[in-house]
Amino acid sequence: MTAPVLEMRSIVKTFPGVRALSDVSLTVAPGEVHAICGENGAGKSTLMKVLSGVHPYGSYEGEILFEGSPCAFRDIRASEAQGIVIIHQELALIPYLSIAENIFLGNEHATRGFINWNDTLRHAASLLKRVGLDEHPQTRVADIGVGKQQLVEIAKALAKRVKLLILDEPTAALNDGDSAQLLRLIGELKEQGITSIIISHKLNEIAEVADSVTILRDGRTIETLDVKAGSTTEDRIIRGMVGRDLDHRFPERTPYEGDPGAHPALEVRDWTVHHPIDQQRKVVDSVSVQVRRGEIVGIAGLMGAGRTELAMSVFGRSYGRNISGTVLKDGREIGTRTVPEAVAHGIAYVTEDRKQYGLNLIDTIGRNITLSALSKVARRGVVDEHEETRVAESYRGSMNIKAPTVFEQVGRLSGGNQQKVVLSKWIFAGPDVLILDEPTRGIDVGAKYEIYTVIDRLAAEGKAVIFISSELPELLGMCDRVYTMAAGRLTGEIPRAEATQEVLMRHMTKNTR
Amino acid sequence: MGPVTTDTPKGDTPKESPPSPPSGRTGTGALLLEAARRNMRQYGMLVALGLIVVLFEIWTDGVLLKPNNVTNLVLQNSYILVLAIGMMIVIIAGHIDLSVGSLAAFVSAACAVMMVEHDIPWVLALVLGLLIGAVAGAWQGFWIAYVGIPSFIVTLAGMLLFRGGTQIFLGSRSLGPFPEGFQKISTGYLPEIGPATNYHNLTLLLGLALLAFALFQEFRDRRRQQAYDLEVLPRNLFLVKCVALAAAVLAFTMTLASYRGVPVVLLLLAALLIGFGYVMRNAVVGRHVYALGGNQAAAKLSGVKDKRVTFLVFVNMGVLAALAGIVYAARLNAGVPQAGINFELEAIAAAFIGGASMSGGVGTVFGAIIGGLVLGVLNNGMSLVGIGTDYQQVIKGLVLLAAVGFDVWNKRRVGA
Repeated sequence: MTAPVLEMRSIVKTFPGVRALSDVSLTVAPGEVHAICGENGAGKSTLMKVLSGVHPYGSYEGEILFEGSPCAFRDIRASEAQGIVIIHQELALIPYLSIAENIFLGNEHATRGFINWNDTLRHAASLLKRVGLDEHPQTRVADIGVGKQQLVEIAKALAKRVKLLILDEPTAALNDGDSAQLLRLIGELKEQGITSIIISHKLNEIAEVADSVTILRDGRTIETLDVKAGSTTEDRIIRGMVGRDLDHRFPERTPYEGDPGAHPALEVRDWTVHHPIDQQRKVVDSVSVQVRRGEIVGIAGLMGAGRTELAMSVFGRSYGRNISGTVLKDGREIGTRTVPEAVAHGIAYVTEDRKQYGLNLIDTIGRNITLSALSKVARRGVVDEHEETRVAESYRGSMNIKAPTVFEQVGRLSGGNQQKVVLSKWIFAGPDVLILDEPTRGIDVGAKYEIYTVIDRLAAEGKAVIFISSELPELLGMCDRVYTMAAGRLTGEIPRAEATQEVLMRHMTKNTR
Repeated sequence: MGPVTTDTPKGDTPKESPPSPPSGRTGTGALLLEAARRNMRQYGMLVALGLIVVLFEIWTDGVLLKPNNVTNLVLQNSYILVLAIGMMIVIIAGHIDLSVGSLAAFVSAACAVMMVEHDIPWVLALVLGLLIGAVAGAWQGFWIAYVGIPSFIVTLAGMLLFRGGTQIFLGSRSLGPFPEGFQKISTGYLPEIGPATNYHNLTLLLGLALLAFALFQEFRDRRRQQAYDLEVLPRNLFLVKCVALAAAVLAFTMTLASYRGVPVVLLLLAALLIGFGYVMRNAVVGRHVYALGGNQAAAKLSGVKDKRVTFLVFVNMGVLAALAGIVYAARLNAGVPQAGINFELEAIAAAFIGGASMSGGVGTVFGAIIGGLVLGVLNNGMSLVGIGTDYQQVIKGLVLLAAVGFDVWNKRRVGA
């Protein structure tokens, strides 16, 4: 075996009151793709921040050897000078600057403070070619999709003569096509001798692209598995992450056997939504769906299929223009022109983007939970804070929100616990129909299971649940029926018994135009 | 502001229930520290206000806290405090209002024209003045909430608009004097009643009533929190707090009572503080304002009527600006074209010193009052010791910078 390109030995990092890393070692061989797995809070991001100098030398214990020599990075610039570049989950591009300007941001081709544009554009074009992005370097970043933006980030890293590329959840926001392209690119970079570290929750990707995987749990290295040697299955990785065998990744669920004669709890007919800016474009095109009480109905689709747009336009017309179609609740037509109206009719929508659309991060757990139904803890327009606290505490218990009290700021919670707060908020509103949009995005395996259990319980209580997800196993494991969408149209309705990943994917990629 | 500390509204946590400290630290001191940490900004400013008062009390050889000067302090700052309350709410909602100084001037001019040139009864003029404020606020609120023009732009336009309107009304004249009843808004005191003591009897009674009410509230809150199994201050600490509260209320009462009693404006301010403090802390609509400022998109998707709430916030600001204009005119006993200049900046400074955040979602009405008083005591104290207005501006600028700088530093230390 060749000498490792990177060695991190016994890294310990403590924050006030928390020990984020208590003993982590990581060894990466040159030219390999090394995956890091672990539940949220396992210490993956912290470890990468230590490596890239975000947490400067001296703020942690342990030692880092890069290409055999010890490192003491004071900041990100110091690590980048060595060829270590980190690409964060939230892309750090300036939307209104061009691709070329973004690639060389902070690293401009300039003489005496003035930018040499010809040189910049030529170099940018060659970098774009290397990452396989067919866009003009002067295109604004705001005008290209997320998948392409991710490629721009990699081009930016290449411009810094990257030797070790760190990608934090690179495919979290990408559709399957873009993900595949990105993973292919990582393979190509490997050929060129660039070592990569990938943090990912998507275990199938790891199996596909990684040479080895290091598993972290509770701030410790659990094990490093050799993926290429085979025999490392997803279940094997999951076992390392949670420290127990997960023979059931989904709660046992009795399939729905409702009364087909009764009216559906929610029915949407001929729903058409136009794009808010490009008004000629139909984002949702005459879609009809229905869900019954006690039933969990999935909606599958790739990026741009129009699932979120369908949900948000039904929920108080929160998205789109020129919306047409009818919404029926228990067989009667209802109006859902505004969010309060939709809520009053017993509809709840749990957003896919909890930080932006779901939570007031600077406020407390309690106040977030009660926000959508404040009148329930208020009398004559006055909030009863004691009652509010009591309610919030009960959800903290029943939803297992991990926080010392409900006075904790939501922004300080982990993703999984934040999601539980959003769910609590909508359960407290007491809806009949819950539309859950990617309820397990970006949260760890353990918390996912808890969320599944909650969803299952809601259905058992007789609520109708619409479950939008990009993870097919999740839909297969949870839903009684799955709708598939592609390019704004409904392309299939598949009962549980017939649903497999292959069947769903076939419908999701059906070309309807 | 002693008499009204009873209803200390808090932005995020119920009063005597500092959230339980992380397990393992349950001692009294730790509990206090935890409470102090969580309300650092508010307590920090309260302490700063105390220090400033002590500093100037010594520097002015005790003139600062003389009964007549304390009364004067209240009168001098009343209109800025009125504005600061409204401004705080606007800033919590995630907006700003640059027009309040001009609007105050506009309303004072309108009232002056009505009373002096048209002999309209002062009560009617007062009501109409407030109405004008509401309409002006609604005008701005409409553009901000329903059309979606940034508040900075709309109120910058309003600043020019209302200032121009004031000058159209008045030209370069000063209109006055006003009927006595109108003047009393700013210059009146509660009437003398009862036997001749050396003190103002009604003020004493009011102070005692307030004290009883405050203590009653404290005890009731504590009992209710215990009933809900919430964390409360340990008994001895709670008693210390009550004694401190009582001392502050009594000292302030005695000071006022030994001069001319409670000014009408102070009653007005107290009513506003208690009323708005209660609304912002306990009313559904207040909670919605915080939610909007904290995350507008999330609030909207939670069913908060974002447009209506924003609209109402500006209507409210309009009414308060009108009230400030009326109080100012009554104090001056004339409507003048240059009234209200820089009021908006003083009010905004007060709100930020008192704990508001540029991005919205944070702050309390009580904080706005503290911020306003910090500025007011600085003004008054520096004038007493003979510092010129030139240096006063410099010092106030530095204080604003220091207060917000401290907050930014403190957040980074605690947060990151």
